[in-house]
Amino acid sequence: MARKVSPDDATPVSLARMQPAAASPVIEFRDVSFRVAGTQVLCNFNLQVRAGEILVLLGRSGSGKTTTLKLVNRLVSPTNGEVCVKGVPNSRTDVIRLRRSIGYVIQDVGLFPHFNVARNIALVPTIEGWPAARVAARVDELLRLTGLAPEIASRYPHQLSGGQRQRVGVARALASDPEILLMDEPFGALDPITRDELQREFLSLQRRLGKTVVFVTHDLREAMRLGSRIGLMEAGRLVTILTPEEFLRSTDPWAAAYVQAFGDRLEPNSIEGKS
Amino acid sequence: MSVLRFILENRGQVLALTGEHLWLVGLSTLFATLIGIPLGILIAHRPGFNKPVLAGANIIQTIPSLALFGFLLPVPWLGDRADRLAILALTLYALLPIIRNTYAGIRGVDPAVTEAGRGMGLTASQLLFQVELPLALSVILSGVRTAVVISVGLATIAAAIGAGGLGEFIFRGLAMVDNRVILAGAVPAAVMAILADLGVGWLERRLQPR
Repeated sequence: MARKVSPDDATPVSLARMQPAAASPVIEFRDVSFRVAGTQVLCNFNLQVRAGEILVLLGRSGSGKTTTLKLVNRLVSPTNGEVCVKGVPNSRTDVIRLRRSIGYVIQDVGLFPHFNVARNIALVPTIEGWPAARVAARVDELLRLTGLAPEIASRYPHQLSGGQRQRVGVARALASDPEILLMDEPFGALDPITRDELQREFLSLQRRLGKTVVFVTHDLREAMRLGSRIGLMEAGRLVTILTPEEFLRSTDPWAAAYVQAFGDRLEPNSIEGKS
Repeated sequence: MSVLRFILENRGQVLALTGEHLWLVGLSTLFATLIGIPLGILIAHRPGFNKPVLAGANIIQTIPSLALFGFLLPVPWLGDRADRLAILALTLYALLPIIRNTYAGIRGVDPAVTEAGRGMGLTASQLLFQVELPLALSVILSGVRTAVVISVGLATIAAAIGAGGLGEFIFRGLAMVDNRVILAGAVPAAVMAILADLGVGWLERRLQPR
């Protein structure tokens, strides 16, 4: 499970991060509101994401969970309030630097169709000006890490299956070893078997790398399985934030409605046994 | 066959006029590309400019070419030389297909791709040159292709204001009521249009990403 961390790595992984540090949150929303064209998308939103956890934002479409995610890497900026990443307010950081230090995975993957897999994965390292040899080594490492065969490197996105494409998407997000990963329904468009496989692998990958993850989904089962904590969103508000075990027992009407909708097929986080 | 004989007998002049024609079409297409692609990029990124720019290009397109040549005639520096004037008019006509295709090509890039690019920290210019333009290239080139073919035809009318080109034969033939002379201008112009179409088409395929 050893990971190479070169000394000049932008954000080296330390094992210390794997223990939830009680200290300062990695991501913090302070009274954030977001309005667009007269519609209140987010309202007085407060949230702290701890180092090394997978915080799942669960909610229906239109509940504001994707907007919440985009506030972290400043694809949108808050109307009021402040989003802080690693203690620094987003409004005062260089947005390009900020985005390159955060991995971003979306449902439609968004691989560049004119780049082969290797170039797609190498996107951030390349624009960051890493030497070619180091980029190539990193691509090999990421292919292995995400369970892709080395010969895939020279293929183009349209030659891949949906599952392979999303693996490449995850590899690309991890390329410059960011501390934070933002994932917007990354497995939503996959068939159930592939989704199950990718969720399982993602969980074990996250345990090894100790990334801080914000994960958006509308699937309670996925939230149960992956989440350290589940933040339930409804109409631009954070209704409640609970661990998966608490969520199942919750008397909150929204949480209860979710549990009921998904019936009894729920298993709080995963077979692998959560720490 | 008499047309072919006429062309062969006057091949010196046919070549000279073909050269002039190429000069008019080539230079105007170059200018239209240099102006039209940035304008297309602008309106793809700033929707506010979309309507005025496309409306302007559309209006130019509706002005009859002969009238446009006439309008521009009194303009000081331009009016001094007919070929300058013809090149300006042809440039204006070539703008619309180039602007419109650049706009359509960039707007046609999968939003997930640009969102991922921005989210990963590409700067606006990296996004433009590494993602949007390469992916829009074949659409943009097909606009250039349309522009070239239109220009080859329109450039024949430039002879009416004395700008030269293959139109000379056509107008002379009309005056002389001699089909051979008309065709000596029309046939090389048609061949040129077909070759230009094939040439840009070939370029389009060569530069196609993946």
